[in-house]
Amino acid sequence: MSDTHAQTVAFVRETEIPPSPPPAMEAGAVKWVRENLFSGWFNTIMTLVALYIIIRIVIGVFPWFFNGVWDAGSIRECRDILQGTTGACFAVLVDRWDHLLFGFNYPQDAYWRPTLAFVLLIVAAMPALFYMYIPSKFLIGTALYPFLAYWLLWGGSLWVPIAVLAAIILTGVVFRLVEGMTVSTRTVVAGIVGLAAGVGLAYLLYLGAQELWFISTSVGQAGLFGTIMSLVFKLCSVFTYVFFIPMGIFVGYAIYQSASDGGLVTVVTSLIAISVMMLYGVGPVSSVLNGIIPIELEAVESRQMGGFMLCMMLGAVCVSLSIPLGIVLALGRQSDMPLIKGVCVVFIEFVRGVPLITLLFVANVMLAYFFPPGSGLDLFLRVVIMITMFSAAYIAEVIRGGLAALPKGQYEAADSLGLNYTQATRLIILPQALKISIPGIVNVAVGLFKDTTLVSVISMFDIVGMIRGPIQQSTDWISIYWEPYLFAATCFFIVCYSISQYSQWLERQLQTDHH
Amino acid sequence: MAEAAQMEVSDEVAITIQNMNKWYGTFHVLRDIDLTVQRGERIVICGPSGSGKSTLIRCINALEEHQAGSIEVDGTLLSSDLKNIDKIRSEVGMCFQHFNLFPHLTILENCTLAPIWVRKTPKREAEETAMHFLEKVKIPDQANKYPGQLSGGQQQRVAIARSLCMRPRIMLFDEPTSALDPEMIKEVLDTMIELAEEGMTMLCVTHEMGFARQVANRVIFMDAGQIVEQNEPEAFFNNPQSDRTKLFLSQILGH
Repeated sequence: MSDTHAQTVAFVRETEIPPSPPPAMEAGAVKWVRENLFSGWFNTIMTLVALYIIIRIVIGVFPWFFNGVWDAGSIRECRDILQGTTGACFAVLVDRWDHLLFGFNYPQDAYWRPTLAFVLLIVAAMPALFYMYIPSKFLIGTALYPFLAYWLLWGGSLWVPIAVLAAIILTGVVFRLVEGMTVSTRTVVAGIVGLAAGVGLAYLLYLGAQELWFISTSVGQAGLFGTIMSLVFKLCSVFTYVFFIPMGIFVGYAIYQSASDGGLVTVVTSLIAISVMMLYGVGPVSSVLNGIIPIELEAVESRQMGGFMLCMMLGAVCVSLSIPLGIVLALGRQSDMPLIKGVCVVFIEFVRGVPLITLLFVANVMLAYFFPPGSGLDLFLRVVIMITMFSAAYIAEVIRGGLAALPKGQYEAADSLGLNYTQATRLIILPQALKISIPGIVNVAVGLFKDTTLVSVISMFDIVGMIRGPIQQSTDWISIYWEPYLFAATCFFIVCYSISQYSQWLERQLQTDHH
Repeated sequence: MAEAAQMEVSDEVAITIQNMNKWYGTFHVLRDIDLTVQRGERIVICGPSGSGKSTLIRCINALEEHQAGSIEVDGTLLSSDLKNIDKIRSEVGMCFQHFNLFPHLTILENCTLAPIWVRKTPKREAEETAMHFLEKVKIPDQANKYPGQLSGGQQQRVAIARSLCMRPRIMLFDEPTSALDPEMIKEVLDTMIELAEEGMTMLCVTHEMGFARQVANRVIFMDAGQIVEQNEPEAFFNNPQSDRTKLFLSQILGH
């Protein structure tokens, strides 16, 4: 059509006229200010009021900030130097920076270890965070980081984390072996494992029944509540006594039956393998190896960890554990199998219905009752378990939202191509559901990171615990508020803002509608 | 092209459906369906909405479960055994009304995903196959774009290519042109006609009666969950037997 046009019309413009600039009132800063700040009488008043408030705040804060005293030994010295003028006492940060960052019990000559662990955390996180730009082979470094970080932070023999790593790798080998077996070989394995697991489970339940009966006799003294509790425990105990043998037989038989398709027997064999190696293999092997080639750092206990380091440790560990756990819970909640679905629903609803602080008290006090004295889990580990459970329940619900937002057609298309459940979930469903869930997950992660300061209520000295305890109650820095809290807020803000910015960048990266 | 209807149909049986019934809760969607499809047959299924035509072809690759009767695809009996279901699905391609491309993957990745993961084809080979079929549907130059950047007609052609990459023996089409603008319908139909000419066994749920006349060797009319009438296209359109078929044809061809 344009051809005929060109032939019949006498003149066709070959070049465009350069556009003339819009009038000054309609361009640049002037336009922006007019549209956003002074678009009507109401907005004009609001702008002026806001301007007044901002100016007052700045006038108030600046002298405090710039008169700040950086060099003083105590809060009294600060006041002497300031002599009544407004000014901050930043000297507390200079004096106690190490306590704020590492806690007051971490050995001073070992400060390089958490610092190095922090730097390596950033390096090791890169391949995972920027996976689209960094070759996937670097993810091996990310996978090895937790073991190295454990050694740096807690010290002891390097052979311990290496032995744990070896146990995990061996478990993977066992998994592959059982998975790849012919059905006849696997039937033999399933028979042995089924028998062992059945007997083991029955024995554990038997012990549990005894324990429950023991508890029931010891709580029965105090009043009506005690009587009821005692009765409940007695009932549970009797129930367990009745069912420990049938349960063992049932589970053992189910494992034996799974030999043909291999799912359950593979998982259970791997679980038994890793439990045995962790309980009986890692200790002796690592001490023998350490005897031959000693590589040791001064050991530091969990109780000695503190300051912002503790928050970072809890935050990093709990976030990276609760996302996979949350995914599993969310998928479990959508499962067709009533048992799996039920377990996930009960877990999520229960954990979400309880305040985190309660769970932390449970971690601190109650769990100690359940484990025999001395064999108890490390306090840090107990807290990690509780916070992870808590945030995993929230993340599971966020991801469930993402799963629900996917059109049914995506599931159908994946099915119709012959992808099995695992493939469809991993390749089609999760990438899209997680992408939708990013803002929600980040919301939970940031909240979790800030909630790590709650451990101060169970006398772990994280940065807030440090300020409230050893700093504010020392004679030198008694009742100093603004400066250390400002420092803590800055630390948290830097980390949280980085997470938020990263997630927004990631969302833009994953946008595929229009470029 | 006009001889499409005379294209050879072998004696080999591709799909056998016997006495199949399906309910949604208490609602009886499919009643006593008996259908045998020969290899190389091209069947068009039409009927008013809610007549169960989509449900019928979705039962063939087990996207919907049937409660009674039997379905046998390529000699494999459709049962609740997941391995059988996955096997059948990898042999049966399907195109949907709303394309259902994977929006987070490029066109090429959409096409290579199933061959790589289900058929364990090496990536290079899968990409060559994908490019071959993308050329066939005439959009090789879009291979590295995302589905969201393509028009509806292009997306549906990609969906066809994606199915073909699995080298299916049977193709199911569930109203492939219903969500498209009129000018895009032709490009999709052309692709389907080409496919039919190559002897693909096809079951199409569609309202494109021109397509039915041109390529189908059997037209099935469904109403209220039953197969009311089936015949060769000429006979079906010119000499419908049942009153319901006549009414349906007068409505759909009348305007």
